[in-house]
Amino acid sequence: MAAGPMKMRATLGAGYTEVRVLMSHPMETGQRKDAEGKLVPMHFIQNVVVKVNGKTVLDAQTSQGVSRNPVFSFRLKGGAKGDKIEVSWLDNQGETNSTEAAVA
Amino acid sequence: MNGLRRALLAVFALGVLKPLAALAAWNKEAFDARSAADALKSLGAANATPSKDLHIEAPQIAENGAVVPVEIASAIPGTTAIIVLVDKNPFPLVGRFDFKEGALPFVKVNVKMGETSDVRVLAEAGGKHYVATKEIKVTIGGCGG
Repeated sequence: MAAGPMKMRATLGAGYTEVRVLMSHPMETGQRKDAEGKLVPMHFIQNVVVKVNGKTVLDAQTSQGVSRNPVFSFRLKGGAKGDKIEVSWLDNQGETNSTEAAVA
Repeated sequence: MNGLRRALLAVFALGVLKPLAALAAWNKEAFDARSAADALKSLGAANATPSKDLHIEAPQIAENGAVVPVEIASAIPGTTAIIVLVDKNPFPLVGRFDFKEGALPFVKVNVKMGETSDVRVLAEAGGKHYVATKEIKVTIGGCGG
């Protein structure tokens, strides 16, 4: 399964901005076998970067221990309506994807 | 012909490698570690102090080990990173989250758990490491664990 689209929501909380992002990704561990009994190769997100108005605020390294179709929540200091949040990921096979949303 | 190929490769490499270089290197040694202790050694976090200011919010019993929601918040001043491990997973290290100026030391992530295990969370603050653990029971097939 190839990686699919992302969904993101950024909302203002009490003094912070909550960012919730969903990434469609198989997150294969390399230990699962397919219907023919062959091992499915490892395929998982390794890096996640969160940017606010173009500035990196969070930088994560992840493993195959994250669930399939990962959902992350992050909290950013302060924030204002309309701030541009960008989240991107890169996996171990070189695939990458990103999404943008304005704080609501 | 070769020249063209080389030129194309160079263009390709520039386009692909540049964004990669901007990211923090993936710590292969730590992620390949088979035990939590080895992973922490590779991260330079072998001697962590237990802390009550590192909060783990997670179910005590997880019915489905494939998706276990874990929420982590650090109240330790100056926290710059949170590290998450599931002790008994084949590869215990789940992730490392580095917070720059503008992010709060908080993360919620769904992790995979092969069996009942401690979830081990570390915070990095001022060059020191702090640790908290929480045991999560995983029931498989609904017959109890």
